[in-house]
Amino acid sequence: MAKDLLKVKDLSIQYNTDEGVVKAVDNMTFEIGVGETIGIVGETGAGKTTTALGIMQLVPSPPGQIVQGEIFFKGEDLLKKKEEEMRKIRGNKISMIFQDPMTSLNPVMTTEDQVAEVILLHQEVSQKEALEKARDMIETVGIPRERGKEYPHQFSGGMRQRIVIAIALSCNPELLIADEPTTALDVTIQAQVLKLMKRLKDEFETSMIMITHDLGVVANICDKVAIMYTGYVVEYAKVRDLFENPLHPYTQGLFGSIPNVEEDEKRLNPIKGLMPDPTEIPEGCPFNPRCPKAMDICRKVLPDRVEVEEGHFVNCHLYPAEEYKK
Amino acid sequence: MSPKNENKDLMDRGKKPKAKDLTRDDAVVKNYQSQTEIHSRPGAVEGKDLDVRTIEPPKRKSQWAEVWKRLIKNKAAIAGMIVIVILLLTAIFADFIAPFHYETQDLQNVRMAPNSDNWFGTDNFGRDIFSRVVYGSRISIQVGFIAVGVAMIVGGILGSVSGYYSGRIDNVIMRLMDVLLAIPGILLAIAIAAALGPGLVNVMIAVGIASIPRYARIVRASVLSLRDQEFVEAARAVGANDFRIITKYILPNCMAPIIVQGTLGVAEAILAAAGLSFIGLGIQPPIPEWGAMLSTARIYLRDAWWMSIFPGLAIMFTIFGLNLLGDGLRDALDPRLKG
Repeated sequence: MAKDLLKVKDLSIQYNTDEGVVKAVDNMTFEIGVGETIGIVGETGAGKTTTALGIMQLVPSPPGQIVQGEIFFKGEDLLKKKEEEMRKIRGNKISMIFQDPMTSLNPVMTTEDQVAEVILLHQEVSQKEALEKARDMIETVGIPRERGKEYPHQFSGGMRQRIVIAIALSCNPELLIADEPTTALDVTIQAQVLKLMKRLKDEFETSMIMITHDLGVVANICDKVAIMYTGYVVEYAKVRDLFENPLHPYTQGLFGSIPNVEEDEKRLNPIKGLMPDPTEIPEGCPFNPRCPKAMDICRKVLPDRVEVEEGHFVNCHLYPAEEYKK
Repeated sequence: MSPKNENKDLMDRGKKPKAKDLTRDDAVVKNYQSQTEIHSRPGAVEGKDLDVRTIEPPKRKSQWAEVWKRLIKNKAAIAGMIVIVILLLTAIFADFIAPFHYETQDLQNVRMAPNSDNWFGTDNFGRDIFSRVVYGSRISIQVGFIAVGVAMIVGGILGSVSGYYSGRIDNVIMRLMDVLLAIPGILLAIAIAAALGPGLVNVMIAVGIASIPRYARIVRASVLSLRDQEFVEAARAVGANDFRIITKYILPNCMAPIIVQGTLGVAEAILAAAGLSFIGLGIQPPIPEWGAMLSTARIYLRDAWWMSIFPGLAIMFTIFGLNLLGDGLRDALDPRLKG
């Protein structure tokens, strides 16, 4: 694989709330190569969005706080950058697609103006050239360029998400963070938007972080995937490895809860129990109260990251480190 | 999808040619172009018999066109607007409308009752009251709009800064505003006018300062509700700085309440200026200000009613018109408010 574009190491982010400290992201480590796509999968509140905001340096502070870790983007630690330098990176080198296209566009600006805005911010072009580029970009995402003069409320949800994608890609970023880009869309539009993103990603050679809770989306466009649970990465592997051989009981549970089309199933097979209160994460492995294979050690010790096969990491006591050491 | 039941199509990750490696004639590009063409220009695909007719999309209206449509449905707002338009026209064309100059005295005809020459009668110096009321509209409009403009700009800046940054700055600014609000508006204006001395500019400043806190509060409230919206976060994510976010993303979105407050504020500013002039702290004679005219007329109330009635009516209609328009605007801008 090519050189790593982004390398996140031991990243921990917490929110200091009145109810206590919430560890939204804990010891997260992953890396993305040029042109690669990584999927981050997890339930609501698993810390997926916070990871994305952490990379962008946009964690709301207070109450948010990056406790430790390093985020290397092309060899430079983003956490050590000044706000001003970060501003030059945001939208230019790293851009983000937000979850809800209904609210992520400014309702009082025409769409082409909003696309042009990013171009104006990061490239030294005249207003006119920026608008021209913006219209090209709008056309690239499959919307007639004349419609750029319209306001977001005149667009449908799928079209708005296309505009958001146009904004995100207009400066040809090296990394695109997509925070559940298809969650607010219906299934057919989802497929269209995903197809579009995949096409543009290949076209612009952009690396991508795909945040989602849809394993189908992951299978469709990701190269690697990280499964998150209460701020921890429980399993991290290449997509093919993970889908063929899920190791962590939580991952297995996720796959188990997808109904099998070929069998006659009356009920879904969910993971029992609920996610713990983020302020009271259980001792040991956070998944132990819900884990069907929980052992005594799981209630006491937090498992370490173990490389079970090449590039396939799992944090679980079922796979003791000694056995897999080479 | 179970792990073993993998979908071949979904998992296919074969190398696809990159767009930049393709020439324009490449089949893939062609295919892609024709796809986008279907999207952009119906019926314009070459060599394909598609039965696609161009359908004119229904004319979509911008937000302000919608507001305008709702506004002109409201009869009261129309009445208010007519009054304001008449007032503005009067102020602009005062030189042509008024039969006399506002300073022209005719000491032979002092305190004449309304007649065919002097439609509104004359005052204690024999000046034509109609002409003075007409010229007075200029002063009132100036005071009203400039005072509100000043208050809006200063209050807007204070409000957006305190709403956007919150924390300590917010506390300091808003407590200062609370102090200003604790003093009754007219009293504050009197104090400022008394300190600065009478005169047109000072009246504007006095009235303007007295109404700053109101705008600061409205803007702050709107900014607070908009600050955490996703599109503001998105703006931050594309690298916009705070100034740009406030001016391009937040303020344009909270114009509605500001406009409404502004329209109603003009009415109050005119009234406050008239009040200040009435007690002698405002505009000084011989400049024809409606409040000052009332003040002079007070002494002659028993035997020259016309001296006070006409400037009084002028004030009343102006305020009435502005209030009707303001209420109409509020209903038009926020249709949910109207039960």
